[in-house]
Amino acid sequence: MAQAPKFIGAPIKRRDDPRLIQGLAHYVDDFNPHGTLHMAMVRSPYGKANIRSVDVSKAAAAEGVVAVYTHEETKGIGPVPVGGLVPDAKVPEQPILADKQTLFAGEPVVAVIAETRYGARDAADLVDIDYEPLDAVVDLAAAMESGSPKVHDAYESNEAFKWGIAGGDVEAGMKEADVIVKEKITNARVAPLALEPRGVLAHYLPGEDKMTIWTSTQVPHKVRTLVALQIGMPENRMRVIAPEVGGGFGSKLNIYREEALAAFVSRELGVPIKWVESRSENFMTTIHGRGQVGDVEMGLKNDGTITAFRYNVLADCGAYYQLLTVAIFTLTGLMLPGPYKIENIEMNATGVFTNKVATDAYRGAGRPEATYILERMMDIAAIELGMDPVEIRRKNFPDKSEFPFNTSAGLSYDSGDYHQALDLALEAADYSGMRAQQEEARKDGRYLGIGFSTYVEICGMGPSAALGGQGWESARVRVEPTGKATVFSGASPHGQGQQTSFAQIVADGLGIDVNDVTVIHGDTDVVPYGVGTFGSRGTVVGGSAVVYARDKVRAKMAKFAAMEFEADENDIEFEDGKVFVRSAPEKSAGFAEVAMMAYSAIALPEDTDPGLEETHFFEPSNFTFPFGTHIVLAEVDPETGDVEILRYVAVDDVGNMINPLLVHGQIHGGIAQGLGQALEEEMIYGEGGQPLNASFMHYALPKASRLPRFELLHTTTPTDVNPLGAKGVGEAGTIGSTPAVVNAVLDALSPFGITHIDMPLRPERLWRAIAEKRA
Amino acid sequence: MIPASFDYVRPQSLEDALAQLREHGEDARVLAGGHSLLPVMKARLADPGVLIDVAGLEDLSGISESEGSEGGVRIGAMTTHAEIEASSLVRGKCYSLVEAAGAIGDVQVRNRGTLGGSLAHADPAADYPAVVLAAGAEITVVGADGERVIGADDFFTGAYETALRAGEIITSVRIRASAVRGSSAYLKAAQQASGFAVCGVAARLALDGNGVVASIRVGVTGVAATAYRATSVENALMGSAPSAESIRKAAAGAGEGVDALDDFYAGADFRRHLAGVYTARAIGKAWIRATGK
Repeated sequence: MAQAPKFIGAPIKRRDDPRLIQGLAHYVDDFNPHGTLHMAMVRSPYGKANIRSVDVSKAAAAEGVVAVYTHEETKGIGPVPVGGLVPDAKVPEQPILADKQTLFAGEPVVAVIAETRYGARDAADLVDIDYEPLDAVVDLAAAMESGSPKVHDAYESNEAFKWGIAGGDVEAGMKEADVIVKEKITNARVAPLALEPRGVLAHYLPGEDKMTIWTSTQVPHKVRTLVALQIGMPENRMRVIAPEVGGGFGSKLNIYREEALAAFVSRELGVPIKWVESRSENFMTTIHGRGQVGDVEMGLKNDGTITAFRYNVLADCGAYYQLLTVAIFTLTGLMLPGPYKIENIEMNATGVFTNKVATDAYRGAGRPEATYILERMMDIAAIELGMDPVEIRRKNFPDKSEFPFNTSAGLSYDSGDYHQALDLALEAADYSGMRAQQEEARKDGRYLGIGFSTYVEICGMGPSAALGGQGWESARVRVEPTGKATVFSGASPHGQGQQTSFAQIVADGLGIDVNDVTVIHGDTDVVPYGVGTFGSRGTVVGGSAVVYARDKVRAKMAKFAAMEFEADENDIEFEDGKVFVRSAPEKSAGFAEVAMMAYSAIALPEDTDPGLEETHFFEPSNFTFPFGTHIVLAEVDPETGDVEILRYVAVDDVGNMINPLLVHGQIHGGIAQGLGQALEEEMIYGEGGQPLNASFMHYALPKASRLPRFELLHTTTPTDVNPLGAKGVGEAGTIGSTPAVVNAVLDALSPFGITHIDMPLRPERLWRAIAEKRA
Repeated sequence: MIPASFDYVRPQSLEDALAQLREHGEDARVLAGGHSLLPVMKARLADPGVLIDVAGLEDLSGISESEGSEGGVRIGAMTTHAEIEASSLVRGKCYSLVEAAGAIGDVQVRNRGTLGGSLAHADPAADYPAVVLAAGAEITVVGADGERVIGADDFFTGAYETALRAGEIITSVRIRASAVRGSSAYLKAAQQASGFAVCGVAARLALDGNGVVASIRVGVTGVAATAYRATSVENALMGSAPSAESIRKAAAGAGEGVDALDDFYAGADFRRHLAGVYTARAIGKAWIRATGK
């Protein structure tokens, strides 16, 4: 574009908000085709159990019950799809309904189909399953001991896979070190908890031999391809629609049992089948995130230079893999050096089967775990070396002149200026003032702490080869005969706001008003084959596809305008709803007039076909690497263990911002989720493998009253990986906040000589740690 | 999260409600705000055959000055937490009740949940029990045998158990006004998910003209299976002119010897410790209010 952007970079409010706020949005559960039957699942309450017998006779005879399905009737459905594996991983088949054993609490055994949702639920209680409860595998370390009960009887042990990554020579680096600091660090299992639980409505029309599946997903095309394979149906007879989706956070980057099952049953019965997850089911059967327990070791010179970093970790897989269970742990390895020049790194991961639901992608997906252990170790090392946490970080940053920066984990960081982000954050926070405030408070017996997190993340996922396939994204842009523009995106936003930001991108390129652009996504019959929204890729990859598709349309329109004006197509400009000749601006037509020329096709430019509709598949050449500094000021009440966040300053460099309002929204939510993991969240299991806190009465999410005002600032270091210069922001807040919050709390507790406490930093844990040191 | 089927009746008078309760016996549950009962029904942990909705019964509503010389307040059982939180009359008579009401759940819960419903449910982690114990509240109930008044000290008999007899309904709660040189306070450590009290302490005290404690009652909830009065703390401070130090020292006994709840929110020892901390803070706050400092 020649002219300055009018909409790109503007803080335009999200288009989705009015309908979401007013309850006018349509989620899966809002669709009720005539004759819809309802599915209820009967699930095992045990961590592990043998199924001695299943008696569905009472349920089948209940009023309004149409059909009852067990393993026997559904074994024709293929197992739950699994990808992203590492060599030699053991891959257990996840059936649609359990056969002889159930391997986690919540695993479905029977599906009841009834005329009403209430009737299905009541009939589910009438299914009589005789279980023989078995010893469950809950704790990771115990799972790896010889003699531990096993998750899978067919395997020799609970080891699911071994995977490692090494760069440089960690042994040599450790030898070179003046000090070595070690800590055992846990990233607890947490639940993604999208506000809208999962749900699926499958509607098979026998006359048309056509299946439509509405499902709450981040990846409608993956659902189409994979469910089609699972139930043996040509995928071009199947249409998957992701309507309004109330959040995913990675948990809906998956293919779940109920999707294939509803489709299968709908095809068998020839009627629509609906299943909507309850919150209890959501806690028990939708994937969890994190779940790493590791030994971390860092070697440093006395001046703070890191010489080696090692992470030996047990990775909690759950009983079965979901789509990307194993891949998530490998992302931790790629992220291990973080924003520092660490030449020698090593991660040795052992995947562990447990009698729990699978872990998989949860906002940040492997990178928060790496950032957390690294940032914790930076603080622990700083204490050991008597350095300021700022200085030890600075000491190890690459300079901006060193970019693109090649890491020991094998990545090439596109662009960055880590010192600048840190400097800005220090200035905004008034770091020296904060330290003085901390000093003063200590005199009054108050415990304030300052926590840092300097992070980099892997976003814009990503090059297809690096992802094991499908890293690209698609877009089609159509200029309508009336001059409106429609974007069909292969990405599948579910709250990120691309209906607004993609319109900004197209409006600027075509010189039309942003309100003349409509964005459509999430319908496989309508949009080009796409990959989906996850890994901070929606704008970076999906938006880049929009740019190219837009420019193709624009070039074609320029040909029609050039023909009309008898000008050179390269001399055609688009601005304020007009198409005109740059060198002769009096030669001008309305945007819609030119659009109509292309559709009327009465005259066609040379070598040009009618219509204005162009598609582009964008393959990124690299990931993007946004970065930043988060600073937290927290106070701990040593008597109660309560933590209060007094200030939160974040500098996030996400490259160019298409819409700073959306960027801030993402960072707000991300910080809240990261803070939740730091202070409150953790799935807790009893010895039998039952989750003890699988409800919002028991599992704490951070509430608004818990959160401080966020002071958000930015530096802008564009990337050349994509035409937008954007780096992605979906996960930045989550990645930056968790270590910053934990580091602040531990800094507050430093007078007690406490250097590490595992998350979540619930009051009791802090109180116990203090009591221990006081004793 | 779908409950089993049940019948629903909405009696038009207290007499009618009592008759319905008699008719359906143990199969019936009284529905007040529903914020404790409906969740357990949805989880299918309770499946009453009949719900008797007492919303709209005039005898169970309203906040008013109670009759009698002591200038107390009468609060109808169906008064919502939000109404109590917003009541200047209650605030003037019993500050801690307003504080407790405002600390319950979230806005939706406070708009629906009721004082009588919460007391009858007697959740060990509910907020009100601490306040009614500290205030020495009188709980009026009515049943087949007519009306009777139960003192707060006698009301809570166990976890989810009260002195209510089968077929009885709470109609109102009466609380005496704080003394001229008296006040009260309620503070709690909230369970992070639900907001229920891991430890909640209400303290109510009155001072004489010399600043000596003339009366003091301390109620503790969330710590044990049943809310209790911290009598050792009361005794230690009664008749003395308190100081921050003496309050702290006395309060340390609030959790001593208590058979405390032990769960993943808080171990028994942490709860006993919190009882001491929150007792000191609640008494301190009430004391500062009482002295007008």
